[in-house]
Amino acid sequence: MDIAGDFLPPTIEWFALSPYIALVAGALILLLGSLTPQWPRGWYGLVSATSAGVAGVLSVLQFANLADELPRTLVKGALAHDRFGLLALIAICVAVVFTSMTTVDADTSDSLEHFALLLTAALGAAIMVTANDLVVSFLGIETLSLSLYVLAASDRRRSASQEAGLKYFILGGFASAFLLYGIALVYGTTGQTSISGIGSTLAGEVSVPRNDAMLLAGVALLLVGFGFKVSLVPFHSWTPDVYHGAPTHVTGFMASLGKVAAIVALVRLFVVAFPTRADDWRPAVFALAVLTLLVGSVLAIVQRDVKRMLAYSSISHAGFMMVGLEAAGRIGSSSASDGVSSALVYVVLYSVLAVGSFAAVSVVSQHASDVTSTSEGQSTTSLDAFNGVAKTNPVFALGFTVLLLAQAGVPLTSGFVAKFGVIRAAVSTESYVLAVLAMVSAVIAAYLYLRIMVSMWLSVPASGEATSALAPKLSLPLRVTLVSAVAITLVLGVLPTWLLDVSDSLALFAR
Amino acid sequence: MELVVFVLASAMMLVGALGVITRSNPVHAALSLILTLFGVAVHFVALEAYFLAAVQIIVYAGAIVVLFLFVIMLLGVDKAEDLATEPLVAQRWLAGIAGLGLLGLLVVAVSRGVEVLRPRGNGLDTAAQGADGDANIQQLAQSVFGDYVVAFELTSVLLVVAVVGTVMLARRRMAGEA
Repeated sequence: MDIAGDFLPPTIEWFALSPYIALVAGALILLLGSLTPQWPRGWYGLVSATSAGVAGVLSVLQFANLADELPRTLVKGALAHDRFGLLALIAICVAVVFTSMTTVDADTSDSLEHFALLLTAALGAAIMVTANDLVVSFLGIETLSLSLYVLAASDRRRSASQEAGLKYFILGGFASAFLLYGIALVYGTTGQTSISGIGSTLAGEVSVPRNDAMLLAGVALLLVGFGFKVSLVPFHSWTPDVYHGAPTHVTGFMASLGKVAAIVALVRLFVVAFPTRADDWRPAVFALAVLTLLVGSVLAIVQRDVKRMLAYSSISHAGFMMVGLEAAGRIGSSSASDGVSSALVYVVLYSVLAVGSFAAVSVVSQHASDVTSTSEGQSTTSLDAFNGVAKTNPVFALGFTVLLLAQAGVPLTSGFVAKFGVIRAAVSTESYVLAVLAMVSAVIAAYLYLRIMVSMWLSVPASGEATSALAPKLSLPLRVTLVSAVAITLVLGVLPTWLLDVSDSLALFAR
Repeated sequence: MELVVFVLASAMMLVGALGVITRSNPVHAALSLILTLFGVAVHFVALEAYFLAAVQIIVYAGAIVVLFLFVIMLLGVDKAEDLATEPLVAQRWLAGIAGLGLLGLLVVAVSRGVEVLRPRGNGLDTAAQGADGDANIQQLAQSVFGDYVVAFELTSVLLVVAVVGTVMLARRRMAGEA
C-alpha cells in the first residue's frame, strides 16, 4: 500500500523559527564542548551570549517585519507569530546575554553545562511566550522549569543553594500537576488544545451553557498553576527562599525569565482562549492582584536581606502585571487592549531591571565575602553589606541607585513608564479600586528601595577596614552588563515614545 | 463490558498510584508504578490504540521501571527511611481539609460538566482504517510528525535538559577546581 502518500508534512517557515534554532544550536555547540578539553576561561559564556544575541537580532528583524505582515501561526498552529510574543522573546534574549556576561565573572560556574542550561531555559521561555497550543506551552514550561531547578541548585558549596533547588523542584512539580489537570479539563470540554482554537470554539457557541463548571474548574486550575510560576500571593511562598538560596546571577535570571515567560503565557491564554469567560476569571485575577500587591510590598519592607527584599519586591511587581491582566479582562471596554500591552511592557521592562539589580547585588556580595572571611551560614547579602558602598565606589552605587529608583517607579526611568501604563489601563477601564491599591503599594515598596539606597549612600561601613583599596572589583563583562541595563532603563524612561508607538500593535494576537 | 474494563483499569491505576506514594520501601513503590502503567495500557487497548498499549508496556513498564530498580539497587536505598518530621502539626489537618474540598469541587465539576462536552479531535480513526493492522502506527506518525511536530521536537530538548541537569548535579567536583 501507499505509505508516504497520505502524509501531509506541515509547512515550516524556517526564518520565523530561527530564534529558537539559534538558542538550541548554541546549547548543542556548548554540549559538544564536553568532548574537547576545557575551553579557555570565558569562552563558554561567549558562545552562550553570542547565540542569544543572534536569536535576539533575528527576533528584532521579525518584529520589524510584522509591521507589514499579519500575525499568523506557525507549524500547524503550534506557535504564534505576533508582536506580543516577539517583544517578550527579545526581552528573553537580552536577559540571557546579560546573565551570560555576569555568570562568566562568578568563579563558581565556569562549566559548559551551566551555560547550556541558560540557553535551554531561554528556549523554554521562548516557546512559552509564543506557544499557541497548550501541549506546546506545557512543554515550554517544563523545559524552562527543569533548567531553572538545576541552575538554582548549581552552587555546590552552599547548602542553601541545594535546598533552594530541591524546594523549587518539589513545589514546581506540584504546580505543574495543577496546570496539567487544568489543561485536561479544558481539553475535555472544548475538545482541543489549540489556544486560538479554544477561543473560537467558545466564541462560536450560541449561548453560554448554564452548566459550565468543568471548563471553569479547568480555568481555575490553570490560574493556580500559572500563579505559582508567576509567584502570585497565595502561591508565592517558595519565592523568597529560592531567590535567596540560588546563586545571585541565577536569581536575576530566574526573576526575569520566569516572570516574562509565565506572565506572557498567562495573558495570551486568558485573553485569546477565554475572553468569553472573562466575567468569571476577572474577579479571581482581581483578588490575586490585590493580595499580591499588598502582601508583596508589606513583607518586602520588613526583610533584613537584600536578596529577600528583591524577591518580595518581585512578587509585588507581579501584582502590577496582574492589574494589567485585570484591565485586559474588561472585554467590553475599548481600553481592554491597553491592559494587554501594558502588562507586556511592564514585564519586559522589569526583566531588564531584575537582571541589572541582581547583578549589582552579586558584586556587593562577592566583595563582602572577599573582605570578611564569612563562615557558612552568614549571609553576604544582608543589608549591612551595602553600608557605605557609595564611598568606595560611587559610580557603581549610582548605577545601582538608578536601577532601584526605576523599580520604585520614579519618573524619567523605565519603571515609571511601566507603572504608569498599567495604572492608566486600570483607570481607563474604570477599575479604580485596583488603580488606587496599585499606587498605595508602589508607595509602600518605595520605602524598601530607599532603605537600600540609604544604606549605600549614608551609612558607614560596619568594619573600618573597607577602604577604597578594597572597593568592589568589577570585571569588564559585569561593567558592560550594568552600564547597558542602566542605559536601557534611562533611555526608555526619558524617551518612551518608541514603546508607546508600538504598543497598539502588541495586542494583535495571532489566531 | 466496556464499563467493567474501564472501572477495573482505573482501579488498578489508582491503587498503583497510591502505592507509589505510601509504600515506604522504594522497591515496592517502583513495583506499584508498574501496576499504574499497566492500567494505562489497558485503557489504551480499550480505546483500540493497540500500538500505544504495546509501547506503553515495553517502554514504561518494561524499560523505565527496570531502570528505576537498577538505580535503587545501585544507590543502596532499599531500606525504608524514616522521614517523619512534623514542624507544624496543624498543617497536616489543614492540608487534608483543603485537599478534600478541592477533590469535592472537582468531582462535582466533572460530573456535572459531562452534559456540555463539545466534539473533540478525531483521535485514532480506527473504524475507517478497519482491518489494516498498520492503521494505528500511521495515524500516530501523522500526529507526531505532522500536527504535533513542534511538541515532539521540544520533548527531545526537554530530555537533553534532564540529562545535562543530572550530570551537572551528580558530577563530583574535580580536584583542580576550587
